[in-house]
Amino acid sequence: MGIEKALAGKEGFLTTKLEAVLGWARKYSLFQYPFVTACCGMEFMSVMNSHYDLARFGAEIPRFTPRQSDLLFVVGTINHKLSPTLLTVWEQMTDPKWCIAFGVCASTGGVYDNYAAVPGIDHIIPVDVYVAGCPPRPESVLKGLMRLQDKIQNRKLIDDYPELRADAR
Amino acid sequence: MSEPRQDPQVKRLPDDVMDIQLGPSHPAMHGIIKLDTKLSGETVVDMEVSMGYLHRAFEKMCEHRDWNQNVVFTDRLNYCSAAANNCAYMSAVEKLAGIELPARAQWMRVIVSELSRVADHLTCVAASVMELGGLSVYLYLIEAREEIYMIFDKICGSRLTHSVARVGGMAYDLYDGFEDDIERVFALTRKFMDQGHVMLTRNRIFYDRMRDTGTVSEADAIDFGFTGPVLRSTGCAYDIRKAMPYWTYDQVEFDVPTGERGDNYDRYLIRMEEMEQAMRIVEQAIEKIPEGDVFVHDYKIFVPPKKETYNHIEGLIHHFELVMNGPQIKAGDAYFAIESPNGEHGYYVVSEGGGMPYRVRARPTCMPMTMFFPEMVKGSMIADIIPTFGSINMIGGELER
Amino acid sequence: MLAKVVAELEKTAKDVVLGQIEAPDDDCLMIERSRIKAVCRVLKDNPACDFKLLVDLTCVDWLGQDERFEVVYQLYSITHNYRLRLKARVPEGESIDTVSDVWRGALHVEREVYDMFGVDFAGHPKLTRILMYDEFEGHALRKDYPLKKHQPRVPLRWPIEPKDDPPYNWTRFQRARKLGLDDD
Repeated sequence: MGIEKALAGKEGFLTTKLEAVLGWARKYSLFQYPFVTACCGMEFMSVMNSHYDLARFGAEIPRFTPRQSDLLFVVGTINHKLSPTLLTVWEQMTDPKWCIAFGVCASTGGVYDNYAAVPGIDHIIPVDVYVAGCPPRPESVLKGLMRLQDKIQNRKLIDDYPELRADAR
Repeated sequence: MSEPRQDPQVKRLPDDVMDIQLGPSHPAMHGIIKLDTKLSGETVVDMEVSMGYLHRAFEKMCEHRDWNQNVVFTDRLNYCSAAANNCAYMSAVEKLAGIELPARAQWMRVIVSELSRVADHLTCVAASVMELGGLSVYLYLIEAREEIYMIFDKICGSRLTHSVARVGGMAYDLYDGFEDDIERVFALTRKFMDQGHVMLTRNRIFYDRMRDTGTVSEADAIDFGFTGPVLRSTGCAYDIRKAMPYWTYDQVEFDVPTGERGDNYDRYLIRMEEMEQAMRIVEQAIEKIPEGDVFVHDYKIFVPPKKETYNHIEGLIHHFELVMNGPQIKAGDAYFAIESPNGEHGYYVVSEGGGMPYRVRARPTCMPMTMFFPEMVKGSMIADIIPTFGSINMIGGELER
Repeated sequence: MLAKVVAELEKTAKDVVLGQIEAPDDDCLMIERSRIKAVCRVLKDNPACDFKLLVDLTCVDWLGQDERFEVVYQLYSITHNYRLRLKARVPEGESIDTVSDVWRGALHVEREVYDMFGVDFAGHPKLTRILMYDEFEGHALRKDYPLKKHQPRVPLRWPIEPKDDPPYNWTRFQRARKLGLDDD
């Protein structure tokens, strides 16, 4: 702490952990890829719009190519016919990447417990946050996004470099 | 249609046919559908539509639930106008069972259907304009839609998936102060629509992109099975509300707007005018709606009031029977269609007797428009795909069920 | 109106109508399967009928009956403001003529019926699956296809738990009758 005190009057900086800075920067600049399939898309439009305003959380800009985005919003039912597409989109995204299952259909299949729908996209890709509701109200989506921001903030640097782990060496 | 401008400075692109696959997850496609497009330069030579990416087995699920439970699946068909679907499905079942609704229930079905028509058209116009780059119009119109969702929220506690109808009536009555809310919300909607008109209707860019693109002739449209605004844009005034009035549409005054050229601009104008007419219908309906119950007083069809259920053994038994076995509908089949925001939305229900349907078929309103989409854009530029696709209002849940 | 339509049909094709049901808004004709295309042609082109709009085409699976599938056509005449329903029965393994050259609108709904029920439409230019994927085995809306039988296309991260499914996806009522149980 001595350095800070010495430099306080001149340049003005503070020390922190690299992890914390990375988390802070990442959680307020989420570039999302909306994989909108079904009914939840209507609520997704509401969330994006001025009334609920996702921009307050720094996640308002959709990137329509998976390669430029780091948050995958899976909005709506995924059926078996669409599952290869979802997997391809997820694999095209670059690390670090996160995924939100928007609504019960994406989370568990919801009411569509039948031959066509995938019972939860976690059968296909890993999911970070599940938002319940059919469709979820915009408030719960914002809650889900804040949960994800917490998760990003608490991400450990070692998670980005799994090959540096002690047990991997 | 005028000839595309030939600029001698610009070399023509080579004539090799190039395959471009738009979809299933593509920024310009709202909804998941795959357009396998063959391009020569920027001209669309051929196109093939693949669908089925949102097939959720609606019809199969219906065979496993009782007549009332299926209402939640109908919500999720055309999710922009869920209440209209609920009412259409229940009216088909009531037609099969021979149930006559009380007047207030019929008026209420008119009100919720027209409200959802406004919400649906707002979504359609907003989304298609957004894809053309008009983001501010989108913000305005979605704000108006948000207010209509609030009304539904007050009626039934749900913003989007309403499930307002039951066999033999409506699950909820209108709340106190509904008229005031309607007055306020319609004033707001009209204001936002006026702003939409100012920004779009005489806007040169918008006009040029919409006028004479995505054209379809009247004969073709009927042959393909088009209904709704897309058919009416060609000049054919087929509207079920006028042709075969159901519920209480014969007691309200409204106009059916038709177009002349069958292009995107006509469809846009028709949607804007239909919203105005829908608001007019709701305002008349609020004047005319009688007092009374919104369900039939037949406890073999509609659940008895809670007071009966908790205090009388008969009410309890009827409640139990309805919840466990569902309303018993006699064997037979019936088809009932309404003029949904997208066109003719009909239900063909088959019963073998008993509490569950044997087969429920929902007519996919936007399927003809989507599957014959190539016929509307062949020969035009690739940029015309976007406004045309927006104006047919493809809704995945209804298209693939 | 129904009597007029039947009279027009009998003029061109004798004995084609196997039965008729008259009900408000639900007039219905049973048509012999082999002559469905001729009937549709008359219904569309004859100005006395003028059914220009094929509203819907679907199918009902009556499992256990001799002629298993019932193809249902919903027609509408804009000029006469009249709805008509046609029905034709198709046994399993047999085919019915396509009407896609009468109304082009039938092209894709027939594909859907083929996909979901496996009814073969003879003469259809492109009879392929439309809702399901090509690898899908069976026809999903048939009554003997289990409701919860998944056929995944990608390797799953963990398997889908098999769930209870009734042997036939019939309604409780029908199942009880089939099994000889007392239905209450």
